[in-house]
Amino acid sequence: MISARVLIRPKEGILDAQGKAVEGALPALGFDGIEHVRVGRIVELRAADDSQLEQLCEKCWPTR
Amino acid sequence: MIWGVLQFPGSCDERDALHACGVASLAGAGGVGDISFSTRNVAEDAPHPTIQDAGGGFAAAPPERARLVWHEETDLSGLDGIVVPGGFSYGDYLRAGAIARFSPAMGAVAEFAADGGPVLGICNGFQVLCESGLLPGALLTNESTRFICRPGELTAGDSDSPWLAGLDAGERISIPFKHQSGRFFAPPEMLEEIEANGQVAFRYADGQNPNGSLNDIAGVTNEAGNVLGLMPHPEHAVDPLSGTTDGLKIFRGPALAAGATGG
Repeated sequence: MISARVLIRPKEGILDAQGKAVEGALPALGFDGIEHVRVGRIVELRAADDSQLEQLCEKCWPTR
Repeated sequence: MIWGVLQFPGSCDERDALHACGVASLAGAGGVGDISFSTRNVAEDAPHPTIQDAGGGFAAAPPERARLVWHEETDLSGLDGIVVPGGFSYGDYLRAGAIARFSPAMGAVAEFAADGGPVLGICNGFQVLCESGLLPGALLTNESTRFICRPGELTAGDSDSPWLAGLDAGERISIPFKHQSGRFFAPPEMLEEIEANGQVAFRYADGQNPNGSLNDIAGVTNEAGNVLGLMPHPEHAVDPLSGTTDGLKIFRGPALAAGATGG
């Protein structure tokens, strides 16, 4: 078994609305000067065969 | 014209879509009048809704103008048009529409679309069609990150699509905006192609883009024009009670287009 952690975020250059919202709220928490906040999600999984992983990622989260 | 409306676990606009399909097909026969659907719950009662007139009696039209298509069904025979409705298919897990695209019913819809059958994806249905590759582009979280729900206006494009048969190019219609992930995005080359091919079927009217969609795009078609994805909700705008019946102009399109070609 191989364990994997897939990190999914909007591609660079695409407006990450959630990241912007978090970034905009940070000063209210007393944190100034924090930039480039991006929000994504992580999927953890285990696969019997690591060649499956690449195929799975390309199918579910294409990078094209 | 007999319609099929897909139903996934988590769909929530399929009832209104059924209603809209029924009203649209009756409107073709003898005017919209005061025909309305029975509000009985499909799951606990009849397998398919029946059309009743406002007085409670059954309308003269055959009841099976539209039926629900459960996500595990693969037989779409006998259907002339398909609606992929709004909602939160499979909980919108992973990404809106990402799981629904692998459902058995969507395989059948892809075949139906390849044969030229008219397919309309509304809101979540638009997301499902993009995920399926039946439509170009993707739908991202609204610029505001907020869920919006309010009336709004669109202008029709000049796409060569049966869904636009009831509309003039540039015609302004009013139908509700109701979504959180409605920001249309496509990479620059794809966007150029969509525009050049005349695939932009609807844009948000001037100054009304509610979500940051590129080029104010509210709806796009595939290259052939028979598949339309639309973020706002025409199925909520088919009854005078809701303040606008402009949605009917879209639902009546395929029948009008078929009539025009003698089909």
